[in-house]
Amino acid sequence: MGFEFKQVDFCYGLDQPTLKNLSLKFQVGETIAIIGPSGSGKTSLLHLLGTSLRPSRGIVSLFGKDPWQLSALHLQKMRSSIGLIHQSPPIPLRQRVITAILAGRLGQWPFWKSLASLIYPIDIQGPAELLEKLGLTGRLFDRCDQLSGGQLQRVSVARTLYQGAQLILADEPVSAMDPVLADLTIQILKEDALQRQATFIASLHAVDIALRWFPRIIGLRDGAVFFDLRAEDVTQNLLRELYASEAGSIPTQNNQQILGL
Amino acid sequence: MTNYDPAAPRRFLWLVFAFIILWPALLITQFNPLLFFESTNLQVLGNFLGQFFPPQTARDFLQILFKATLETLAIATAGITLALIIAIPLGLIISQSLSISRIGPANGHLLWWSMRYIARIIMMILRGVPEIVWALLLVRVFGLGVTAGVLAIAVTYGGMLGKVYSEILESSDTKSCRVLLQLGSGRIVAFFYGLLPGASQELASYTIYRWECALRASVVMGFVGAGGLGQLMDQSMKLLNGSEVSSILIVFLLLVLLADWLSYEVRRQLL
Repeated sequence: MGFEFKQVDFCYGLDQPTLKNLSLKFQVGETIAIIGPSGSGKTSLLHLLGTSLRPSRGIVSLFGKDPWQLSALHLQKMRSSIGLIHQSPPIPLRQRVITAILAGRLGQWPFWKSLASLIYPIDIQGPAELLEKLGLTGRLFDRCDQLSGGQLQRVSVARTLYQGAQLILADEPVSAMDPVLADLTIQILKEDALQRQATFIASLHAVDIALRWFPRIIGLRDGAVFFDLRAEDVTQNLLRELYASEAGSIPTQNNQQILGL
Repeated sequence: MTNYDPAAPRRFLWLVFAFIILWPALLITQFNPLLFFESTNLQVLGNFLGQFFPPQTARDFLQILFKATLETLAIATAGITLALIIAIPLGLIISQSLSISRIGPANGHLLWWSMRYIARIIMMILRGVPEIVWALLLVRVFGLGVTAGVLAIAVTYGGMLGKVYSEILESSDTKSCRVLLQLGSGRIVAFFYGLLPGASQELASYTIYRWECALRASVVMGFVGAGGLGQLMDQSMKLLNGSEVSSILIVFLLLVLLADWLSYEVRRQLL
């Protein structure tokens, strides 16, 4: 019932493959961080898990099934249980915050309910509570173009939380937030996943956040797994090698020395 | 070193080509600007235009004019409303950005593809036949009067609006819509939550522009008996009654101004 990459290649068009012969296994309920230099394939990996990309070779199996073998209806149903938080939230800027959050359940709501909610929001309590948790109290009825990048990212997080997905994928979900908010947001996502026995996989730019909150760390380099270790087993040397292409400087939230070494 | 523009021969060829195309067109249309300046023609035109001032303001004529104006507004508005009923579903069907199969081929792919194709052909037929021809056909069925005009506008503009709607939807930011499809929403719902917020302004402004066109079209169709200001204008023209024509034209300009203002207001509201 878990998630598995079986010898997966992925390339955009005819280019060099972004992911090469990738084999990975995730258990249900795991919390995993994916780190690595930019261009290492983090985003592609998440999008393969989110069924928005199809592997060029090999199988990505989700909940024990190959999504690309499912019927349209079953695929749609599977998609409604996967939540993907994008780095730059694709929310229409003229939309109100509440509508953007409620949109998380469009895959679960019947047609009439989705349309009725445009006339009068079906649920105000739920989104309001999520915003409060994320430190955005009172912004429920504002339009999204009145929010900053970091606030919009939190709205996007709220949408995925509202969706109640069984597989939560996050592509650098806190890149536009300050360190305190970033930690808070990751913590909320993690707690939510733990509570509901959901799997939580996030790609992160800041290595220190990954090491602080995620028990399992996967280092991706040049489209292949460079290491797949428990957080306490990740050493400074491994990280330096992982980020060798970025002159060996390890990206952190405020670029301070990490691990206390 | 060459000191001439290498693109010049090419440009010159295009000029010759344009001339070759245009010359027969002028011949075929018997275009002869000199006719305009022949004294008798100038005089007839001058007399007619001279009558434009002052515009006709007799009470009973104004009453007829008022009624005809309402009729024209009604034809255009009813026509556009019916056109929307045709255009919205067609536009949604053919819009590629709402295609679920694009983010993951699944069953029913071919069905959707063929539906899109059929919708495209229907729209092409609807807008391929000019509204005046539709009006002439429909006048045979419904007789002289407003109904033929309304239906002619509905049919032609339904096709046009559907095409432009789908183009607007495709050119607007489709990312938020794709994301919704990816979390399992249906096409229609994804449209309302993902596409409409970004595209509503453009959709509304184009629809109002088409309403303005429908006002003008309803006048042309009035000439073939489809009611409204056009029918009135037809009568006045035939009688060479310049003052009446000028009154009608003034009303007409006011209607276009109204459409302009309406478009501005709606866009402001949707900003």
